[in-house]
Amino acid sequence: MTREIIGGGVMGLAVAAELTARGRQVRVIDRQEGAGPHHCSWWAGGMLAPDCEGETAEEPVVRLGREAAEWWQAQGAQVTRRGTLVVALGRDRAELDRFARRVPGRLLDAEAVAALEPDLAGRFGRGLHVETEAHLDPRATLSGLRQRLAERGVAFETGEIRATGPAIDCRGLAARDVLADLRGVRGEMLVLRAPELALTRPVRLLHPRYPLYVVPRGGGIYMLGATQIESAGRGPATVRAALELLSAVYALHPAFAEAEILEIGADARPAFPDNLPRIRRRGGIIHVNGLFRHGFLLAPSMARMAADWICDGIKPEVCDEDHG
Amino acid sequence: MLGFYGTPVASRLMLGTAQYPSPKVLSEAFRRSGAGIATVSVRREAAAGEGADFWALVRELGVRLLPNTAGCHSAREAVTTARMARELFGTDWIKLEVIGHADTLQPDPWGLVEAAAILSAEGFKVFPYTTEDLVLAERLLDAGCEVLMPWGAPIGTGLGLANRYGLRALRAQFPDVPLVIDAGLGRPSQAAEAMEMGYDAVLLNTAVAKADDPAAMAEGFARAVEAGRLGFEAGAMEPRDMAAPSTPLIGKAFLA
Repeated sequence: MTREIIGGGVMGLAVAAELTARGRQVRVIDRQEGAGPHHCSWWAGGMLAPDCEGETAEEPVVRLGREAAEWWQAQGAQVTRRGTLVVALGRDRAELDRFARRVPGRLLDAEAVAALEPDLAGRFGRGLHVETEAHLDPRATLSGLRQRLAERGVAFETGEIRATGPAIDCRGLAARDVLADLRGVRGEMLVLRAPELALTRPVRLLHPRYPLYVVPRGGGIYMLGATQIESAGRGPATVRAALELLSAVYALHPAFAEAEILEIGADARPAFPDNLPRIRRRGGIIHVNGLFRHGFLLAPSMARMAADWICDGIKPEVCDEDHG
Repeated sequence: MLGFYGTPVASRLMLGTAQYPSPKVLSEAFRRSGAGIATVSVRREAAAGEGADFWALVRELGVRLLPNTAGCHSAREAVTTARMARELFGTDWIKLEVIGHADTLQPDPWGLVEAAAILSAEGFKVFPYTTEDLVLAERLLDAGCEVLMPWGAPIGTGLGLANRYGLRALRAQFPDVPLVIDAGLGRPSQAAEAMEMGYDAVLLNTAVAKADDPAAMAEGFARAVEAGRLGFEAGAMEPRDMAAPSTPLIGKAFLA
């Protein structure tokens, strides 16, 4: 029996990978061909940073997120394990103290910051290195995993998204038509090319109003993220969002002023009211959704739990509804 | 009982709805604190379209909503936002913010008075976010405001009551106008102090939303507000330099 996976974003592909690895036949149905901008995960930062996310996210995100780096590596993704560097500007020093109180890491002095990221030498007197964290390139990873699955016999179909048999619904925000408590949380991001700068790991700049993260994509390309607005709007990024992100990155390093703006993007993340992910069974359909801002971080553990349920009958800890 | 524009208000604690880790935590903060009024920001969500999901969650709190014009830098923007808020939330209550300084988020007194006059004339019940300036307060009342919301300190700073003299003078000058300390509070003791000074209520957001445990902090503030209010109503003693024993010394062998 072939199972249908509806939605080919990060969650759908991860479920396809887990089920295929356990010898199940799957077919992925998506509304458009290929990995692309119609997927929320296309716009992701690709930070595998469970501890940093734990600053605001609840415990399951931190624990489940720890599986992510290894899982992605096993799927052939290029995972860079250099940790996360957290810094704050002089007058926001208290923000770093607060962050360090909540997130385990190694406190750095100016010299240690410079040793980690020579391009930031002299700019920050203190920092926090969360050493166990990692990052990947979301777009390369999605395309790579898709190709790998296709090679292993997974069929990809484009068209009408409607389950005809037992299915796993991984549509993200589009599943609002059946998941009434799912909401959109809008995020805006930019991609810059700054060949003068050579940051080697994600850098988080703490700020009470305009927090920023910068994720290196290699070759002088950097992703800047991300706003977090209580809106399901998926329209173009606003000037305000671009100003906030660009002002913050300029404060991180003035050399970013010379960078080229390659892209300004926006989309809405799917989230439940507690911002935690859920697995629900309704009839023949299993819904895997609500990954919020943790798509690449949580997709591996969510896929594992969904596959455990389907293959071995183990009910997932994140299951809050089971109408078999 | 405290009332705003003729509407009785049960709790003297008002909470903002921004910056919480999740809507669930926001809802717990309201439940544990018993706060009866929630401010909600219109501009950003509406500008990006489709803020309806979050607003539905805020409505589920079951408290009175006070939409605000946060992020507006001119009277015109604030007036437009207020009209939008009335449509969206079906209330003529509006917390009026007209920001005059990008760094301190200090109110723009001129824009504030201008917008307050326009909105009051249109039937809005205006809650202006203001400073402790007495003249500005007078102008806002002239413009039709029946509540004033002076800052404790700039928004999000957590500095507490930065100008005690000014806030005391404001309270003394307008004994019959409901006064709400809005913004700048960081810890419960500061809320208690504001209430002991005779302020009618406090409004805060960051101090709760950004606490390690927002729901517990919300309850802490609720108790502080109650303690401060009781302290005010009960009539506190005046401090004095000389010790005065609470048990008389006469009859005791103090010369032994």
